[in-house]
Amino acid sequence: MALLITYTLIFASVLILVALGGCFSEHSGVINLGLEGIMVMGALGGALAMKFLPLTIPTFIYIILVMLCAVALGTAYSSLLAVASINFKADQTIVGTALNMLGTAAATVFVKAMNTAANPNNVSSEIEYVRPKAKFVTYIGKFEFNWFMLVTVIVLVVAYVVLYKTRFGLRLMACGEHPQAAASVGINVFKYRWAGVLISGAYGGLGGICYILAGVSIWKFEYGVAGFGFLALAVMIFGQWKPQRIALSALLFGFFRALGNTYSVFDFLANLHIPSTVYNMMPYIISLIVLALTSSRSRAPKAEGIPYDKGMR
Amino acid sequence: MKKEKKNILKTNGMQSLIASIICIIVGMFVGYVVLLFINPAGAGKAVVTIIKNFMTYTNSGMRVKYFGTTLAKTVPLLLCALSILFSYKVGLFNIGCSGQYTAGACAALYAALKWGWGWIPCLLFAVIAGALAGAIVGALKSYCNVNEVISGIMLNWILLYLTNTILSGVKEPTSPYTYQLKNYGPKSLLPNIGLNKLFNNNANVTMAVPLAIIIAVIVLIVLNKTKFGYELKATGFNKNAAKYCGMKEKRNIILSLVISGALAGLAASLYYQTGIQQWECTTASVPAMGFNGIAATFLGGLHPIGTIFSSFFIEQITLGGAYVDKTMYSSQISDLISAFIIYLCGFVLFLKLLMKKMIAKAEAKKAAKEGGDK
Repeated sequence: MALLITYTLIFASVLILVALGGCFSEHSGVINLGLEGIMVMGALGGALAMKFLPLTIPTFIYIILVMLCAVALGTAYSSLLAVASINFKADQTIVGTALNMLGTAAATVFVKAMNTAANPNNVSSEIEYVRPKAKFVTYIGKFEFNWFMLVTVIVLVVAYVVLYKTRFGLRLMACGEHPQAAASVGINVFKYRWAGVLISGAYGGLGGICYILAGVSIWKFEYGVAGFGFLALAVMIFGQWKPQRIALSALLFGFFRALGNTYSVFDFLANLHIPSTVYNMMPYIISLIVLALTSSRSRAPKAEGIPYDKGMR
Repeated sequence: MKKEKKNILKTNGMQSLIASIICIIVGMFVGYVVLLFINPAGAGKAVVTIIKNFMTYTNSGMRVKYFGTTLAKTVPLLLCALSILFSYKVGLFNIGCSGQYTAGACAALYAALKWGWGWIPCLLFAVIAGALAGAIVGALKSYCNVNEVISGIMLNWILLYLTNTILSGVKEPTSPYTYQLKNYGPKSLLPNIGLNKLFNNNANVTMAVPLAIIIAVIVLIVLNKTKFGYELKATGFNKNAAKYCGMKEKRNIILSLVISGALAGLAASLYYQTGIQQWECTTASVPAMGFNGIAATFLGGLHPIGTIFSSFFIEQITLGGAYVDKTMYSSQISDLISAFIIYLCGFVLFLKLLMKKMIAKAEAKKAAKEGGDK
């Protein structure tokens, strides 16, 4: 049971982080379909930090440094989306998809090159981080507490406050609803959209490192993040672009994802003899059903996906 | 003479071609720079290898043979690209193409290996499977307003797991691969119609190659010369306007995704029924075919005929990646290049705008000069 709760919470953390990233970007008016690629980049940044940082650094600073590396790489990578979709008015769907493919390919090429340089016989795309991982978890009884759970709660509160209680957040949302109206009262739409995309890059990067630290302690970059970025977008839509509802729906999705990892522990589930693929499919099936039920009355930001054109009304 | 040249530059097709070539050049250059960073010693050679692909063989027989293999592998890519193109004309981004392709592979291989069907029923079964997968996305889009990109991705994963499970029933006991078609379902192999002789007895070159080109032409005709194609494009431009004009916009959305899915299913059938590859039942990621198809679609300037050349190019560099010096680089460098080309395709609209501006400026200058002479 403790195992199921652990996994549910850690996967929910990933989904909350990435979905909040998508939330910031979409509220500013840019659809960020490249979250998957951004997650890979964040994971790469974090994994590299864990590989090269000496373990003698105090735990607190170590965790902060790893997270900063993930955030930095995720943010830098998201600027590719920002440049294309905000300044050059590119089709956001194409650019987002390209970023997903590019993220996995670039990370694979990079890690393979690094591994081969260290040892000519090593052509794998894996980074191993067994000992650094121990720094991120502490045990409370049987329950495995991951520091990312705390980080997620903090980030969630910050996101809520920023979006609804600050001038920045309200202006950001105005840019996603009606950019021309926002511009008419002196808001620089380009600047706010850039901010939205970069924040989503930071959150996506954080989600990426959190994802590869959940469960495993060795990561093969060829596999990317298995559609998790898109699951997060489903969570965001189900959460109606609101942080507090995103958190709740992430818990639901996280639960079904965790079930895939842990169902064999439960006697009554194991006795059903359902093949493991069914559990693997579960999060995707649930998200399809949930999307079908909720999308028709969705409260999406009105101007999302439309490049900002000053001359339009 | 000079004036005529300008007129060619003004045409949309020419501008698309120039934009695509710019994308390719910049994409290859970025790949080169990445290679330089990894190991400056062999970067130039590696880029040449990637472009040359089958031409790296010195033996002409081998060259012809591997040219045939490249063609055989271009077929599914071309059909996936056409699948994405078809739905894109209706304003939908069918990223679920990979999943529909997977469904097609599942149907074709299962029917061939389990039931011993002939090649025509196998092919049709794959088309139906792909079309059904497309229909789900279409129905969700038109009746439930679900973003087709997200539902497409979800279906990709669902169909991948499903296919792995189903095809495990017809796999070799000792390996994760399905049975070889030539031993267990020879009836399902596509006829060679003599093409294999042209390519140094490469059995993988089948009727699929000419068929794929014919289908590209059919797609072109349907989109540009029929009422149905016109309605689809009108729906893509403005859904509400199309509805106002009495077009059934919901039906059009579903139909376009059904056809798109059918093309993806056909892609899988025309690939796996050549016996070129077996399905690996432990596949952990969605087939790249559908994603590379996106690259081919946009690189081909969203034109069915352009897509033929662009998909050959993408397949050429993808396969060429396998020949790079493995002691220095990994074959994924090709994926990186094609991904970057897609990214650049996002700028095509901007490039075209720039070209138009430049032409207009040049013309204005010329007009001013002529006026001054008078």
